[in-house]
Amino acid sequence: MNLLEIKNLKMDFGKGAEALRAIDDVSFTIGAGETVCLVGESGCGKTVTALSIARLVPTPPANYVGGEILLNGRDTLKMSTRELQQIRGGVVSYVFQDPGASLNPVFRIGNQIKESLKLHKPEKANDAEVIRLLKLVGIPAPESRINNYPFEMSGGMQQRVMIAMALASEPKLLVADEPTTALDVTIQAQILDLLSELKERLGMAILLITHNLGIVGDMADRVAVMYAGQIVELSPARELLRRPLHPYTRALMNSVPKLRGDADRLSAIPGNVPRIGNFPPGCRFAPRCPIAKPECSEKNPELLEVELGRFVRCPFWK
Amino acid sequence: MLQFIFKRLLHMIPLLLGVSLLTFLLMAMSPGNYFTALQQNPQISPDTIARLKAQFHLDRPWYVQYVFWLKNVLSGNFGYSMAYKISATSLIMARLWNTFLLSFSALIIAWGIAIPLGIWAAVKKDSWVDHACSFVAFVGLSVPDVLLSLLALWFAAATGLFPVGGAESPLYDFMPSAQQFWDHAHHLILPAIVLAASDLAGIMRQMRSNLLDTLRAEYVTAARARGLGEGRVVWKHALRNAINPLLTIFGYSLAALLSGAFIVENIMAWPGLGRLTMEAFFAKDSYLVVDCVVMATALLVIGNFIADILLAWNDPRIRLK
Amino acid sequence: METAAPISAVEAKVPLSPWQLFWQRLKRRKIAMTGGVILIFLYTVSIFAGFIAPYRYDQINNNSFFHPPIWPSLQGFHLVVPRYEQGASVFDYREVPNDTKPLHFFVHTDKYKLFGFIPASIHFFGAGDDNYPVYLFGADQFGRDVFSRLLYGSQISLSIGIIGISISFALGMIIGGISGYFSGLTDTLIMRLCELVMSIPALYLIISLRNTFPPGMSSAQVYAMIIIILSFIGWASMARVIRGMTLSIREQQFVLAARALGQSHLKIIVRHILPNTLSYVIVAATLSVPYYILGEVVLSFLGVGIQEPSASWGNMLTAAQNTEYLKNYPWLLAPGAAIFVTVLAFNFLGDGLRDAADTKSL
Repeated sequence: MNLLEIKNLKMDFGKGAEALRAIDDVSFTIGAGETVCLVGESGCGKTVTALSIARLVPTPPANYVGGEILLNGRDTLKMSTRELQQIRGGVVSYVFQDPGASLNPVFRIGNQIKESLKLHKPEKANDAEVIRLLKLVGIPAPESRINNYPFEMSGGMQQRVMIAMALASEPKLLVADEPTTALDVTIQAQILDLLSELKERLGMAILLITHNLGIVGDMADRVAVMYAGQIVELSPARELLRRPLHPYTRALMNSVPKLRGDADRLSAIPGNVPRIGNFPPGCRFAPRCPIAKPECSEKNPELLEVELGRFVRCPFWK
Repeated sequence: MLQFIFKRLLHMIPLLLGVSLLTFLLMAMSPGNYFTALQQNPQISPDTIARLKAQFHLDRPWYVQYVFWLKNVLSGNFGYSMAYKISATSLIMARLWNTFLLSFSALIIAWGIAIPLGIWAAVKKDSWVDHACSFVAFVGLSVPDVLLSLLALWFAAATGLFPVGGAESPLYDFMPSAQQFWDHAHHLILPAIVLAASDLAGIMRQMRSNLLDTLRAEYVTAARARGLGEGRVVWKHALRNAINPLLTIFGYSLAALLSGAFIVENIMAWPGLGRLTMEAFFAKDSYLVVDCVVMATALLVIGNFIADILLAWNDPRIRLK
Repeated sequence: METAAPISAVEAKVPLSPWQLFWQRLKRRKIAMTGGVILIFLYTVSIFAGFIAPYRYDQINNNSFFHPPIWPSLQGFHLVVPRYEQGASVFDYREVPNDTKPLHFFVHTDKYKLFGFIPASIHFFGAGDDNYPVYLFGADQFGRDVFSRLLYGSQISLSIGIIGISISFALGMIIGGISGYFSGLTDTLIMRLCELVMSIPALYLIISLRNTFPPGMSSAQVYAMIIIILSFIGWASMARVIRGMTLSIREQQFVLAARALGQSHLKIIVRHILPNTLSYVIVAATLSVPYYILGEVVLSFLGVGIQEPSASWGNMLTAAQNTEYLKNYPWLLAPGAAIFVTVLAFNFLGDGLRDAADTKSL
């Protein structure tokens, strides 16, 4: 049994006639100790999908209309509040994009980490454990740092504190939503190294959300590519990078600027990502797709396994 | 923290001096001389006039008068009240205490009701509770103090449940101390409620909107993601941050309260600084008017000072950055 | 390989200007529009006060002290007004049955000056007979029609609000703009002055300023004095906020561009910086007018503002301070209701304006 199985998840914002579908039939799995990257541009639905795992999207306005999210075999969409509070932090932990905004500005960081411990590992809710966690994430002089307020630390340090808080309860799955986007490039590398190292030591699974293909190459075991609320490609990382199958994935790879070869124009994907509620009929990528055919705008293709372990949502992937 | 307090105190002193100078200047610009008004008032003895002239140098230009006024005030001598024919100092102190009592009671009532209501409205957003609170807030904000005071007086007269204005019953002096206390409190209730009413509305709306903003913040989602219960999330994490902007408007709230107290005191005959100011005005006692204004300002400035301290204590970013 | 379908099938529309967008957002807010309509109605009525009011504001009637309200009723297709006579005790009036007179519109009765200078004698409605008065909101302690005095009073109370706000906000914007733009010593001095003025509780400052003026002045002088006093209170807080906004606007590229083109400082402040503060100023102004109206009301109420026999909503309320009067003649509170409706309308409108200007909300 996989650690996480998302099956045919469908979620709307709003109800009835004004409902806007944000997550449309999304399915993927994460095994224990696996790192899966969820890739896509802003607005494609990757953040809400990730938040849905622990049911962190406020309902209303969100509305789950189909599918299930099985965490260790139990559907989180049907869990009681009590059970949710147990799995949050206990089984799945989150690290968010902007560490400055994710830490409460009026409490000391030691205080905030201890709070997490008190909930899930009360026998370890003491300063010694906090210091151990801070050391684990590579914060120098943790004994003095324990009394700092968040604004007294740099962005990179704050993110390490967030990771420490997430690890305090020894989760099986760490969901990191663009953990390095708000940080400088050099710090980015450090944080990613930290995550890899922790994964090895603790045997944690990671769901890493990003729009940066470079990170995918470094970190991922498997990759899911999302576009306009749907998964368009799902495949082991190395294969995807070597030979992307979906036209969108290919276009994404092409738009990464290359340092070698002809220094010609940057290639961009023409057009704009369709906004939620304004999805084109049929295949959602068709209006921007270089190999689109008339039938593409008629029917939205299914996500099919075309090679071993590789899924694509496009009949013309060849 | 101590450094912060010290800096604030240092700031207050030139402010109070500046206010006293401005008010004194305004008085000096008024036509008709305080001194001549004194001399022409048949009810004041020549001895008193002579004494005041010596102490306050009333025949010299206004800036000289100001210096001596300041000297006297700092040593606790507020001069003489033409309206009451007694030394102004004890009069002002008594009235100051009454205004403070009224304002402070209104403050407690207003904040004590508004904050829980605002929290309730935010947590139960868009429910009937929320809409009812919004409606009451709108109406409360729009009813002027003048009207409310008049209605309160009418209510007191019509139902007989409360005394119609004043701070003491006629037989106050003959009551034992315990009864005196309750008598005073009984007179305080209606004015305090009237005064609290308009402030309450504003604070409740502010609390509701602040809490709604805070609940959308990322650290709240992060707290939920760690498995904290909703109650804990609201009370421990969201509230402390939502209160900050409120502490900032505490100063404006206090200013509005003191201004409102002026109206309520005058209409409901509550013997505070506001009422004394009007009495001094009609008695053409300009010095007393200046004294009242400066004391009222002092109340406001000190109130702001306390608000700053509270804000710094609640939000570490203010005192450490 | 065929070319793809057109990229974005969104028709190109002429984009709306910020003001048009703002107006569209405002129109959607029914409560704000209601407030606006009420205000337009009130101000229009106030301009035509002399015409709509059946009596002059100083028209004393010795037979009508504290008369209760007289309303026309429907008899067949005509509106008629009943007659009243003195009852047993003092100020007790009783309706005489079957003694009515038809109500006419556009009657010629007492002379007055429309808009203050056009002599006229047409009134909107009346019975045309002194034995059949029409006191829609009753009469006060001098037998004067409360409804008429309410209308004449609205001219003073409503106009003082608008004029006072315009002056003090104009002052505040200029001073705040100068302070924020030039910084340094000018800024510090001006801000200290603002802080000084703002430290004195409003009504105490108002009375101090009132003290500076002589006690006996003509109506016109009193009117001007009230405006001056109220303007002195309001400019400081506006100046503070505008100064803050100027500090940030000043750093933007278009200001730098203007400087590079050689525009003078004053021109930059007035043409570039201040217009960017307009969205805040309009909202703040709408929400502040009630305070100015209330300032005049309090001054007149306490006896140091508009004097009798002129009518203002403030001095009309002075009679209501007597609880005996209030118990027996509750219509004396009509000005209070008028003030409440006005303030409510301004709050509705101001709230809606603020929501419409806040692009982050719906």
